[in-house]
Amino acid sequence: MSQQIRVRGNQSRARGEHPPPPTPYPAPLSASGASVSLEQLKRVARSHNLTGEQWNHVVRLLGRQPTLTEVGIFGVMWSEHCSYGSSKIYLRTLPTSGKRVLVPAGKENAGLIDLGDGLAVAFKIESHNHPSAVEPHAGAATGVGGILRDIFTMGARPIALLNSLRFGPLDDPRTRFLLTGVVRGIADYGNCTGVPTVGGEIAFDDCYRENPLVNVMCLGLVERGRIAHGAAKGVGNPVLYVGSSTGRDGLGGASFASREITDSSEADRPAVQIGDPFAEKCLIEATLEALASGAVIGLQDMGAAGLTCSTCEMPARGGTGIEIDVAQVPRRESGMTPYEVMLSESQERMLLVVKRQRLESIKQIFATWGLHAVEIGRVTADHRLRVKDHGQLVAEIPVRALADETPVYRRPVQRPADLTAAQRLPLHALPQPRDWAGTLKQLLASPTIANKSFVYEQYDHMVQTSTVVLPGRADAAVLRLKGANKWLAATTDGNGRYCYLDPCEGGKLAVAEAARNVACVGAVPLAITDCLNFGNPEDPQIMWQFKECVRGIAQACRAFGTPVTGGNVSFYNESPRGAIDPTPVIGMIGLIQTADSRQQTSGQAEQHGGPVTMGFKGAGDAIVLLGTTRQELGGSEYVSLVHGRRAGKPPRVDLAAERALQRWLVAAAARGWLRSAHDCSDGGLAVAIAESCVADAEHLIGATIQLSRVRATPRIRTDALLFGESAGRVVVSCAASIVDPLLTSARQHHVPATIIGQVGGERLIMGNVIQVPVGELNDSWRQGLVSRLRVTAT
Amino acid sequence: MKFGIIVFPGSNCDQDCLYVLRDVLKQSAVRLWHQSTDLHGCEAVVLPGGFSYGDYLRTGAIARLSPVMDAVSAFAKDGGLVLGICNGFQILLETGLLPGVMSRNTSLRFICRFVNLRVERTDTPFTNRCVEGQILRLPIAHNEGNYTVDEQTLKSIQANRPVDSSQASEASRGTRSGFRPTGKARGTSQVVFRYCDAQGQLTDAANPNGSIDAIAGLCNPAGNVLGLMPHPERSAEPALGSSDGRLIFESMIQSLTHA
Repeated sequence: MSQQIRVRGNQSRARGEHPPPPTPYPAPLSASGASVSLEQLKRVARSHNLTGEQWNHVVRLLGRQPTLTEVGIFGVMWSEHCSYGSSKIYLRTLPTSGKRVLVPAGKENAGLIDLGDGLAVAFKIESHNHPSAVEPHAGAATGVGGILRDIFTMGARPIALLNSLRFGPLDDPRTRFLLTGVVRGIADYGNCTGVPTVGGEIAFDDCYRENPLVNVMCLGLVERGRIAHGAAKGVGNPVLYVGSSTGRDGLGGASFASREITDSSEADRPAVQIGDPFAEKCLIEATLEALASGAVIGLQDMGAAGLTCSTCEMPARGGTGIEIDVAQVPRRESGMTPYEVMLSESQERMLLVVKRQRLESIKQIFATWGLHAVEIGRVTADHRLRVKDHGQLVAEIPVRALADETPVYRRPVQRPADLTAAQRLPLHALPQPRDWAGTLKQLLASPTIANKSFVYEQYDHMVQTSTVVLPGRADAAVLRLKGANKWLAATTDGNGRYCYLDPCEGGKLAVAEAARNVACVGAVPLAITDCLNFGNPEDPQIMWQFKECVRGIAQACRAFGTPVTGGNVSFYNESPRGAIDPTPVIGMIGLIQTADSRQQTSGQAEQHGGPVTMGFKGAGDAIVLLGTTRQELGGSEYVSLVHGRRAGKPPRVDLAAERALQRWLVAAAARGWLRSAHDCSDGGLAVAIAESCVADAEHLIGATIQLSRVRATPRIRTDALLFGESAGRVVVSCAASIVDPLLTSARQHHVPATIIGQVGGERLIMGNVIQVPVGELNDSWRQGLVSRLRVTAT
Repeated sequence: MKFGIIVFPGSNCDQDCLYVLRDVLKQSAVRLWHQSTDLHGCEAVVLPGGFSYGDYLRTGAIARLSPVMDAVSAFAKDGGLVLGICNGFQILLETGLLPGVMSRNTSLRFICRFVNLRVERTDTPFTNRCVEGQILRLPIAHNEGNYTVDEQTLKSIQANRPVDSSQASEASRGTRSGFRPTGKARGTSQVVFRYCDAQGQLTDAANPNGSIDAIAGLCNPAGNVLGLMPHPERSAEPALGSSDGRLIFESMIQSLTHA
């Protein structure tokens, strides 16, 4: 399901064609052949959250009353999850163009960015929040499966997975159940498919207690000449159903995702699909083999809304129609009605349009991998989706009605009434800690900040042998591109508390942090995919949060030149206790390469310094802080954890300064100047430096920091200096001999840079307030999560 | 040297093995589909890691029934070099080419991380480039790597027991690999790698999965079949944080070259 910017409209008219007049519709029109009363139909429509107004619209579009199957098809295609009805008008404001963008956002199943040398990267992020809330293992696992299919549908081999997770407090046993289940679900699925899970983030807040967030991002590599498309073309070509069989699992998943989580959501567990990663692995190999054979014209995965969505979107893209007979669909359950077959969200299935004369060779490829490949229909010229059951017509809908006439809501917006109060944080009311080292350890042990090895060691993060920076060692994941002198970086970032306190600034901060993280490893930020997790859009205050967040994201993306290539919107993240914090998650990719590798005229590209990691490397190295520290404590982890307040205004982002900082980091990394780089985010400067000391468990190393040398606003409080989260700051270390050129270069590029200390020793010393053995910091950081999960580390 | 990498449905380290052998070590290597009934003249066989048949039923239990395994077994009995990595090791256990079974890791969690291995034997065709007691840094990535075996078999694995003469002579007659157990191989244990700490000590903390006697890799009595849980193909280049895994492939190449 693609987000946003449906630019596919009016294709038939653009081609000067005219659809034939509607064929007379036979009666009776029920799923089983028996007649269904109008009352029954309307009840089904209501179960899909179709409004009375929408019902009338359906009748107008069809020129008659819909059949049961048609009600189901409209129900899922017009669901918020599939139609982006509430978000569309805002998503259109995001910047989507750039010289590396190879497909317009929303046009295909995933974004596609040019990497040079004939290579492109397909990438996308998606949510699986609702399923994971009621069935964490299966919900998270199928989230991985869905995003993998979006990527290899583009002809790209999936090379990496990342994720972004949110949970409630860990003292709640249900949270521990959800977290361990979600992590195991991601592991079981990703590990089996042989795609490494290389990075991600996890944060904890009470607002996610009943509605956890599970966002999964996937990256795939494809040669530019082999990019696959999702259009059904060539009238008469066979429509092939491939992959696993169809059952009743996941029935109505898209509609489930378009409701709030309630006490009765447990009853929706049948709407959660069950994944089979082994089938997915075989499907990846068979599909890529089929694509390489050149016999495939177009393909799409059966994700949300299953067969319905793929049979609507593929002809809509191709300016054609599709006719299928559901009797041909392989089933795993008997007695399924056409309605159920069309709406099933059984996993590991794809729809292919192939060249007629090559049909048998394609079937053979799937047979080799033990997968179904069945011709269920053909491409037609009449711009209609026609569904038959044993030859009897059960649905006939103009594809434009489904794909282009989807609802567009201009929902009312209103600034939350309590926001002004929440933004107030009188600092005089916040007593400063007495035990600074203790507070630092407390922050390091907070689950949001603590080391996540318990999680990432359950993921196979090394398969495919391209993970050159292991999880937890740098601000972004880094993959080598075998055979090319360049590396791909990726990260996921978002901060719900910032967005709650100021959605526009929060949106900007999420993009800024993602870009900064990518720049910290030495990569040029290229583009983003976004996963926008919000509450109920029918609430004007939620809609205002959404509008503001998108505004912030758009501003930051424009400033950094990182277009939005697609993504996902997840609304209705609410429980009876209220909505989650607005939580946009930014998936950013970046490229590490020598500055001149794109115009290698001399044939001798300067050797790149390689990816930069976050850990301090050697005694005697200088520690340099880039950026300016302000008295900004609002929305910080420190204020939340130590003072129990979710208040204040989040840090301000200076987008121009941020961009200068990122550019300089990329250049400095290319020259090999940086021995380490780590941005200041949750927990501020003190946590960033502590993490650089303990990043490598086998080589802990101390540091001495002169706090007086930190470039900060006048009369800054010590807690703001140590734990404030001012944006645009990065701690780097370099060999002593590099200090002069480094500072000179930073000055030339208008990046504030000051030497604040030196690496070495066995303690972290910060001014006269902190003096603590790094072993203690290491213990706090590494035990923070596992001790609260009440599991033993291995 | 021509290596054959067996691909089962669900194998996922086959490409990584191919990359190391072809691109890093410049050897000839091909992938052999599990339905194949012969080894196409390969001089050594690699059973790669992954989740053959989704690990359904039991790890390796279905893969062992693949047609190619008859050819692999015959090749092994004939003295051919067979390397089973991770899921490949599990398949070798199920096939009976190596003794024992794999249980779930004691943590009941999948574990992916670097571990230290102590080289216990250097007289095998898989370790002849190593030094006795050498510590190798290789990553593991598995759910079921807890090597388990009954007491009697364990004793026979560990025992200073001469290699069964019939098997040794069978192996020495082998023409494919030409590997012959050296005199030194006789009377040594079948344990080739043990999990250890950075100093080479066998501690509970250094044993990641609960394997009996810290066994990470073992060979058959003749020494021409090796199974190990850690992934040498993931640690054969400096860019990946360790090149130690390269020694295992280079040992194979050396023993085949000097056969």
